[in-house]
Amino acid sequence: MRAWDNSAIGDEVVEGSVFLTREHLVRYAGASGDFNPIHYRDDVAKEVGLDGVLAHGMLTMGHAMSPVLSWLGADGYVASYQVRFTKPVYVPLDTPVALHSVATLTDVDAALGRATLSLRVTLEGGHTVLGKALIVVASR
Amino acid sequence: MSINPNLADIRFEPVPGYLVGREKVREFAAAVGALEPHHHDVDIARSRGYPDVVAPPTFPIVIQEKTLHQLLNHPDVGIDFTRVVHGDQKFEYSRPVVAGDELIATLRVVKVQSLGGHSMVTTESVMTTPEGEHVVTATSTLVVRADEDHS
Repeated sequence: MRAWDNSAIGDEVVEGSVFLTREHLVRYAGASGDFNPIHYRDDVAKEVGLDGVLAHGMLTMGHAMSPVLSWLGADGYVASYQVRFTKPVYVPLDTPVALHSVATLTDVDAALGRATLSLRVTLEGGHTVLGKALIVVASR
Repeated sequence: MSINPNLADIRFEPVPGYLVGREKVREFAAAVGALEPHHHDVDIARSRGYPDVVAPPTFPIVIQEKTLHQLLNHPDVGIDFTRVVHGDQKFEYSRPVVAGDELIATLRVVKVQSLGGHSMVTTESVMTTPEGEHVVTATSTLVVRADEDHS
């Protein structure tokens, strides 16, 4: 039984939200080793022309697909995952930022045991932050 | 400083093998909201047929970063790090990464494009085991913004 067996092309198979805070950014900096100060210092971010501290693109890429990992479980794996970073995700000091993902089934290759999902990733208010976001999942 | 147009001709040595640690996988998984138990619990991962905890799909960025440093620090490359923005990112797997894997990453510049004073540099970091088994390829497009003088 594959995660996508009961879905049709065009179905929204899973969605989820995460409310990003500065704590998420600090945690990701430590876990990934990316200590660029634009991800924790407003003064440095503003010096380089940004509005303030923003999330690491790779933090957004990672969190955006976590609903798909829950949907997929351990019996499948991600064969490929790609995104385009289209808009910065600013994370203010005191207000969490809602990042919402919806995954739509766009293709199934029964012979290969693979399915393709397109991921729509938006902030509250509907701004898209990742473009061309595609995940290919495979059965093991 | 301007970008070397013949970047694709520069050969990069493989970066020293990266040993994927169990605690690093757990820490990274927690940091990207990958809460499924096979990313954290060894017994559950093994009961699902994996040798150890499974790294989330974006984990290889940690290893790819080491190859990108090699690119940005190379004397013949000419990329100003402070002008670099991450444009696109892709991971293509032969199998999932698990704790205990030793991965050897080799960078190659695939494409250099110019667009209105900006440059787009696409690199590919191929990660294999010491025996040469392909595990994952990470592809990044870095956008290098034009110098203010030229924009």
